[in-house]
Amino acid sequence: MTPDDLRAGLLGHPKWDWLVAAEAHVRADPDAVATLFARAERTLGRDPLPGRPQWTSGRAGRALLLVALARTPDRVDRITTVYTQGDTAERIAVLQALPMLPIGAAAAPLLHDALRTNDARLVAAALGPYAAHLDQPSWRQGVVKCVFMGIPLDAVDRLDERADAGLAAMLAALAEERTAAGRAVPDDALALLHRLTESAS
Amino acid sequence: MRVFDPHIHMTSRTTDDYRNMAAAGVRAVLEPAFWLGQPRTNPGSFADYFDSLIGWEPYRAAQFGIRHHSAISLNPKEANDPRCRAVLDLIPRYLDKDGVVAVGEIGYDSMTPVEDTVFAAQLALARSYGLPALVHTPHRDKAVGTKRTLDVVAESGIDPGWVLVDHLNEVTVRQVRDSGCWTGFSIYPETKMSPDRMVAILKEYGPERVLVNSAADWGHSDPLLTVVTGNAMLAAGFSEDDVDLVLWRNPVEFYGQSGKLDLSDVPKPEGTFAGSSIARGGS
Ligand SMILES: [Zn+2]
Repeated sequence: MTPDDLRAGLLGHPKWDWLVAAEAHVRADPDAVATLFARAERTLGRDPLPGRPQWTSGRAGRALLLVALARTPDRVDRITTVYTQGDTAERIAVLQALPMLPIGAAAAPLLHDALRTNDARLVAAALGPYAAHLDQPSWRQGVVKCVFMGIPLDAVDRLDERADAGLAAMLAALAEERTAAGRAVPDDALALLHRLTESAS
Repeated sequence: MRVFDPHIHMTSRTTDDYRNMAAAGVRAVLEPAFWLGQPRTNPGSFADYFDSLIGWEPYRAAQFGIRHHSAISLNPKEANDPRCRAVLDLIPRYLDKDGVVAVGEIGYDSMTPVEDTVFAAQLALARSYGLPALVHTPHRDKAVGTKRTLDVVAESGIDPGWVLVDHLNEVTVRQVRDSGCWTGFSIYPETKMSPDRMVAILKEYGPERVLVNSAADWGHSDPLLTVVTGNAMLAAGFSEDDVDLVLWRNPVEFYGQSGKLDLSDVPKPEGTFAGSSIARGGS
């Protein structure tokens, strides 16, 4: 996903002109992002973007405002402020936009913040493509937290590529504990565990 | 019966309360910012509190199918502590958030000069952000406090139709009604107002521009008293449509003035009674 893909998805949106003006406003005055970012979703709406079900109009608009904000020299601090001063939907929009921003791994602390919450939407958003910048122990903890919270594992980007023996051991222990208690283990976690133990044997 | 509790402090309540409220018909709540029993001593404590009102608390409510919106403000009690005054500078950024549909609860506690200033400043914020205001009336010296509250509202220039004056009783309801503000009643187990007294007020004044809330918080209070009041209205001969007006459509109309009230994922009520004011007008 690139900013141009998002723009293509938003083209013809009834509030397109609002978005173009908002992007220009942020480029001219980066402090304006707080207000515009907060208002973007109710202005652009929450309908899914055509052909891009992971994105709504509002979330795509917010991502484009971050792209405009990322032209500033202190971009990481500013993006971090948008996240920390955001409500949950704003924070999810930031997490989802991180991979398309020119910031390398600098915003990884935001993933740790999201993984500390007890909000399934934030935990899932923290394990998208930007989680490539998450250290392996934190990533494993994130995946197991998904299983605990009932978050479908297809929220985790590059799950099979990154799953390792350490994760297999944690899943096996969880499965044992749940089985002993007479409780179910989510199917997708069991399937992952099988794939990992098969490839190891 | 579908219920919108227009004033309840869910932060102080348990998940069992959410479950019981949902089972009894509560579908939406408005949580105004207030004090927490233990006085706070710095603006950061307020930022974390406000963040929970736009983050964790709506998420927790949603687990029980309840829609949660909030009102943000610096309450009059803590406004009197100079260490908390800078909270006023934090408030504007919260007023822009999607889930924040009012400024509140503001008003008087001890009627100090500082409270005058902070009350007026936040009414001005409500005007500039296009939000309605939830105004609390003081527990002590209530009749005098209510009069002074209405004077400040009038001086501020805000349209009285954008102001809800809350915690009213038999003595204060008349002057608020005459002012054009919406009238709010907090039904408490012992103090403030009981379901039967509420029914008597509704008989005298009618259900227009009346909102009924539980104001449940960390004190002795009961989040189901909105529902109990609805049942008391039915037992006294009010129609289901009257109950729906007081417990659902009035709060929706009042907070809906913000343009940000989002009840799209609240299921529509079953049955044939007038579900919305539009259907009602046409029937
Ligand atoms: Zn209150």
